[in-house]
Amino acid sequence: MADLGRAALVVSLGLAVYALVVGWFAARSGRRRLADSARNALIACFGSTLVAAAVLATALARHDFSFVYVASHTSRTLPTIYALSAFWGGQEGSLLLWLLVLTGYGALAVALNRRLLRDLTAWVVPVFGGIATFFAFVLVAVASPFDTQTAPVDGLGLTPSLQNPYMVAHPPMLYLGYVGLSVPFAFAVGAMLSGNTDERWIVATRRWTLAAWMFLGFGQLLGAHWAYTEVGWGGYYAWDPVENAALMPWLAATAFLHSVMIQERKGMLKVWNMVLVALAFELSVFGTFLTRSGVVNSIHSFAKSPIGGWFLAFVVISSLFSLTVILWRLPLLKARTKLESALSREAAFLYNNLLLVALCLTVLWGVLFPIVTQLVKGETRTMGRPYYDFFLRSFGLPLLLLMGIGPLIAWRRTSVRAILRLLVWPIAVSVVAGAVLLAAGAGTSTPGLIAYTFSAFVLGTIGVELVKGTRATGSLATLIARNRRRYGGYVVHASIVLLAIGIAGSSAYQTTRELKLLPGQTASVAGYRLHFGGVDRIRNDPNRTGQYAVLNVSGRWQGTMRTGQVTYTGFQETDEDVGIKTDWLRAQDLYVIANFQKHSNAVFFKVLVKPLVNLIWVAGIVFVIGSLIALWPDAREQRRLVTRLAPARA
Amino acid sequence: MTAVWIVLGAVLAVVAVVLVALPFLREPVTADDRLDTPGEGALRRLELVEQRDRALAALKELEFDHRTGKVGDDDYRALVFPLRQAAAAALKALDEQDG
Repeated sequence: MADLGRAALVVSLGLAVYALVVGWFAARSGRRRLADSARNALIACFGSTLVAAAVLATALARHDFSFVYVASHTSRTLPTIYALSAFWGGQEGSLLLWLLVLTGYGALAVALNRRLLRDLTAWVVPVFGGIATFFAFVLVAVASPFDTQTAPVDGLGLTPSLQNPYMVAHPPMLYLGYVGLSVPFAFAVGAMLSGNTDERWIVATRRWTLAAWMFLGFGQLLGAHWAYTEVGWGGYYAWDPVENAALMPWLAATAFLHSVMIQERKGMLKVWNMVLVALAFELSVFGTFLTRSGVVNSIHSFAKSPIGGWFLAFVVISSLFSLTVILWRLPLLKARTKLESALSREAAFLYNNLLLVALCLTVLWGVLFPIVTQLVKGETRTMGRPYYDFFLRSFGLPLLLLMGIGPLIAWRRTSVRAILRLLVWPIAVSVVAGAVLLAAGAGTSTPGLIAYTFSAFVLGTIGVELVKGTRATGSLATLIARNRRRYGGYVVHASIVLLAIGIAGSSAYQTTRELKLLPGQTASVAGYRLHFGGVDRIRNDPNRTGQYAVLNVSGRWQGTMRTGQVTYTGFQETDEDVGIKTDWLRAQDLYVIANFQKHSNAVFFKVLVKPLVNLIWVAGIVFVIGSLIALWPDAREQRRLVTRLAPARA
Repeated sequence: MTAVWIVLGAVLAVVAVVLVALPFLREPVTADDRLDTPGEGALRRLELVEQRDRALAALKELEFDHRTGKVGDDDYRALVFPLRQAAAAALKALDEQDG
């Protein structure tokens, strides 16, 4: 069966090279049948990659240990769902998933636009072909998932921390996001190569970009929840390089989604948008490089291998190529209008863009810093949490404020008087919220208080927008249906507010206590009384050893909690199986980590009471709802676009 | 068993080749093999359509912002005329283009 997988990958590589070389030649020389042939090659490339993926999935499901990959990442006792999730648990499988999603997206995007945007898709095909060539080459020549061996009796198993439902969904979600950013990139570069830098590439890729951005954002929240429940250090985001690797392209894509509206409305920022699209794509490849190369230390770097050099070369070459094309087409990307006022919606978007990109580049510098210090000084130095927290506050809080002010400002220009009139209610809401929070003792953290007050302000502005809009149109449903993109965006803004409240609450107002308890002893933390009942050891389980501390909790919540440390057979690492009790009424978590002593009955407990942390997970759901509203196809808009784009084919 | 997989791999390659060659198999000879690229006129028209749509969308937005109080009466009066002019100019140019 491995032979079929190998053959399928070789066919994919051949088709990708054909799409690149012949597609380029066809687009340059303007040959229709050759361009169609290159497009078919890209579609066929998806088909052959699908065959390769099916071979690997079958081998995983059947525990076929003659595949080195299957033996390295699964075992006979591994449940089928986790055996299948091992597809993206290892390096070779992850790269195959990249290629599968890339060719799938490429084939679909090109096939859907083949009639309306024939001239543009002719140039998009070689761009997709180029990216696919790289991944197919790595899979064929450097890291094949189809290497075989004499089958051992059993496999090594899947890293225990990956045996988690979130790990079934989180990586594919991230890949759908990472790889999805290649669609706007391919169309943007294709538009520049063709010399027609009109707005058709934006129209063709708007929903693709939104979908990729949604997957990337939601994927990160799934990962955060995995870290919170599985890694067991008490947090959900550690500014780990691999976590940052997903955040950076998301920030760049967020900036693009805002700035592209200025191009659509005013024909401005064409160069900036090209730069953002290229940046988002390059950062997504860079993210894969970080995760897969092991060049920086990360709890998420599940693989260390020599593919890092190939990835780095690809990032450098594709970045230089993008930059060269942008510089080459600069004369075509000149804006025909200019900013009319510093107090306008487009100006607000511009400020938002500057803050988002500044935050993105600051995070990038933090990620690169260990590599740079290693190269320059010969020693690795890392940027710690204070660095990231400082810049998150410095750029994040003004962004939050802008999120409230921006929607109230009209396009082109607004008078100060009009803005102040609209801001009365949101300011009143935020002042009252701030006063109430101060009275409730929230003044212990200034950034926390500012975040809460700004959040109340943003929610106030969303409320004002909805009320005034509903009055103007007659009903909320009509209002949303008329402009799904805008009101979907407001729902997304509301999710960011929930996220901000959750982050501020769970970090600035968290209670942390470290306790050493003997069986029978009791301690109190933030209204919870914890009685240490004793230790429960895991017995007669061939797959794992370890122990749990049993805590009888009273006070704000009554019940029994188990928190322990588990070691899985065949693996060195010890997993924290933390105790978490969610109180939805108070919107807070009681989170307990146990640390057992070798020669003592005493157990060290780290007890965390995390207010509002669950709003972060709720924010994820609201984020998806808002994104879907903005994504939802609008029949009227579609008809308008068809009539608008049709003449270009003449 | 290995031979079966190799044969299947070969079949996959053949299918891929046929798919890639399909445009030429369907049309072995063609009078016009030029890619459907927009000409000067079509590109100019597209530009005008974009200008028209931009101006009309801006007008629609301005009306809505005026009704919801984001734009005051003075600003509305100052902004609406140039936008109407831009929309009218684009429409006129489009009419001229379409003959």
